[in-house]
Amino acid sequence: MRVLINGHAHELAEPCTVAAAVTAVGAPERGTAVALDGDLVPRAEWARTELTPDARLEVLTAVQGG
Amino acid sequence: MDDVLEIAGRRFSSRLVLGTGGAANLSVLERALLASETELTTVSLRRADTSGGPGVLDLLRRLGVGTLPNTAGCRSAAEAVLTARLAREALDTNWVKLEVVADEDTLLPDPFETLEAAERLVADGFTVLAYTNDDPVLARRLEDAGCAAVMPLGSPIGSGLGIRNPHNIELIVHRSSVPVVLDAGIGTASDAALAMELGCAAVLLATSVTRADEPERMARAMRDAVRAGREARLAGRIPRRFWARASSPAVEGAG
Repeated sequence: MRVLINGHAHELAEPCTVAAAVTAVGAPERGTAVALDGDLVPRAEWARTELTPDARLEVLTAVQGG
Repeated sequence: MDDVLEIAGRRFSSRLVLGTGGAANLSVLERALLASETELTTVSLRRADTSGGPGVLDLLRRLGVGTLPNTAGCRSAAEAVLTARLAREALDTNWVKLEVVADEDTLLPDPFETLEAAERLVADGFTVLAYTNDDPVLARRLEDAGCAAVMPLGSPIGSGLGIRNPHNIELIVHRSSVPVVLDAGIGTASDAALAMELGCAAVLLATSVTRADEPERMARAMRDAVRAGREARLAGRIPRRFWARASSPAVEGAG
């Protein structure tokens, strides 16, 4: 299944959850937040939120700034 | 020291907020943060697989410095609200530095989008510290919207041009019942001191320290400038006079 993570296409095995996608891009669970198709997915729902083909996922973390 | 800064019920003994942006590496940042004695610092939220890495959060945790996520890079209220919600999720804080800029050349705040975002974030339970123009009317509107602090710019972000309209900053301070934090435009220590002399509750700066030739040394200078400015404000400056006024007693029977 093809999903877009942080603007890049990833091929992930089905079924795939948000939690698996976060692991796939190597993001630590701590200090990370996820938006799926423009909406926040709370951490508690990562493991039970399944991705559909062509889902757009943003995986964000804190960096120096401001 | 009894003179504490209080924002939304949280107390700080330092009135300097040092942003983390622009530091060459984490080691430089660490030394600057320590020298500044800041208790609160800004971070941004970016894609996890780009530069930056997770190191900055670990550093701040180790140093015991509080994180204030910002919405830098957002151009609309909708973007800023989503970014704030993501930051709350990632960093376990409902504090946010709201920053919605209008264009990349000036990085000036977009007043309409900023106000709309402030209203929505306050309704959503955020403690909003709003970056704003040096406009007393907008500052008042942001306070009325429920912002915990208003943060007028001295001049554009990263410009180092200092405080271009000191009178407006004084007007904002005079009418505000929430802390006023001078945010953006500080170039050197005298700018930070002036902000405090004008009555600001705190100063937020990053570039002037992180991109100085010696960031650690400049952080120390800013720490001292903020303290000196605050002390001068509390001490009460003398009124300006047109003519001289002798500070020594008049000489009697001379000549």
